[in-house]
Amino acid sequence: MAYSNKVIDHYENPRNVGSLPKDDVNVGTGLVGAPECGDVMKLQVKVNPDTGVIDDAKFKTFGCGSAIASSSLATEWLKGKTVDQALAIKNTEIVAELSLPPVKIHCSVLAEDAIKAAIADYKAKQDKEKGVPATAGHAQPNA
Amino acid sequence: MKLPIYMDYHATTPVDPRVLEAMTPFFTQHFGNAASRNHAFGWEAEEAVDTARKQVADLIGASAKEVIFTSGATESNNLAIKGVAEMYREKGNHIITCVIEHKAVIDTCKKLEKQGARVTYLPVQKDGRISLDELRDAITDKTILITIMTANNEIGVLQPIAEIGAIAKEKGILFHTDAVQAVGKVPVNVNDLKVDLLSLSAHKMYGPKGAGALYVRRRSPRVLLAEQINGGGHERGMRSGTLNVPGIVGLGKSAEIAKNEMAAESERLRRLRERLNAGLHRNLDELYVNGSMEHRLPHSLNISFAYVEGESLLMGINDVAVSSGSACTSASLEPSYVLKALGAGDDLAHSSIRFGLGRWTTEEEVDYVIEKLTTVVRRLREMSPLYEMVKEGVDLSKMQWVTH
Repeated sequence: MAYSNKVIDHYENPRNVGSLPKDDVNVGTGLVGAPECGDVMKLQVKVNPDTGVIDDAKFKTFGCGSAIASSSLATEWLKGKTVDQALAIKNTEIVAELSLPPVKIHCSVLAEDAIKAAIADYKAKQDKEKGVPATAGHAQPNA
Repeated sequence: MKLPIYMDYHATTPVDPRVLEAMTPFFTQHFGNAASRNHAFGWEAEEAVDTARKQVADLIGASAKEVIFTSGATESNNLAIKGVAEMYREKGNHIITCVIEHKAVIDTCKKLEKQGARVTYLPVQKDGRISLDELRDAITDKTILITIMTANNEIGVLQPIAEIGAIAKEKGILFHTDAVQAVGKVPVNVNDLKVDLLSLSAHKMYGPKGAGALYVRRRSPRVLLAEQINGGGHERGMRSGTLNVPGIVGLGKSAEIAKNEMAAESERLRRLRERLNAGLHRNLDELYVNGSMEHRLPHSLNISFAYVEGESLLMGINDVAVSSGSACTSASLEPSYVLKALGAGDDLAHSSIRFGLGRWTTEEEVDYVIEKLTTVVRRLREMSPLYEMVKEGVDLSKMQWVTH
């Protein structure tokens, strides 16, 4: 299979590989996928509590080159966005940016899921911190 | 050292220059039809085919009359299995095979099932071999054929062919083996192994693509096959069609070379394979060899690099030609059914790499592959959430994964 130059670039020079402290109340962690399916993504965001802007984003991915590139790209896009802007990122934008072929679209879906899961985790932590019941207030992630 | 490095000799092999040299005159100079009985052009071609038939027979301990030329092992497997099913259908309709056979056997059996045959697909044990007890238990009075491969194309594991042959003989059941990966690499003798039908192919042993053979036993028992291709009655009526004389000459020459050089070459390849395996294990932890190390082709190695996905590994070693059991590298988007059958878990199938060493593999190439893979696996593990979790003490099997 031929990879697009952007996929190769993200694979060879992945942006923002690493981990943020998962117990930090301002950090949200999303872990999606399954080893037996061949891809698992962990995506984390660190939100500035005053501005609601994502200061930092990190990822680790077990998966093919396109899965690595999708999550690497997602972390790039997340930085500087507000939480609500982050939730608006669509998998189709990742497909377009990386020129993913049809068989690799699930990689972009997984990246979108990871973003939503990370932000849901961040919101749940914030609610807990403020004493809001876990079920109230915001949409649940579409896991 | 020249890049890229070819280390996928199970898929195919280059034609040995000595084979090519033997073939060349039969394209332009001695181009006759081996079935032309009344002129020198035909006689030359027929003589060349006879020589090749003898060379192939010698490699597997058969007599020349028992060798039927085909287009390759897929055709040989089809002819053997369908030919027996049709010819012996009065006697029974039950076939025994196994779950890790090549698709040329499995899909042939599936087709026969649609036409009313009954097929038992034996499972394999953790080491990739079938259980002889399970084989015995599967036999019924309707069983007409056992078809079990000599060596597997993905994991290189050798089946207990002599033992299976003995059971088949004792029960009076015909025994076919797809020996395409084993012939020319390890000793295969149809009489020692009590094999009745055997498929082989030229391009797996440094001969050309498009040429293969089926061994069909002529005495004790005399195996009869219903032909699957009708026409001019070539190959004793079992396989009509003008003979591919240059291809057959190449097959014969490749068989002759393989026979002469097998002992030395298999020893050399075994050493290189051990060097590769030891080098990788020295540098990296959490490697899992798929299939028996004891019962294995000397040039074959299949390793799962835990917590790293196979396609991303291949992407990192793009100057080395190997293959992976990862779903992402298959057309079906399913991980290898062979590795799944070993029961190691789909995650390890996704992380597997098959190495096939061959006639032109050098020590320098093996060392290059060790170093390159070490670097890439380490880099990808740094990037792997699974590796991180395991190092933190998380039991991955107890995780609730969010699948999509």
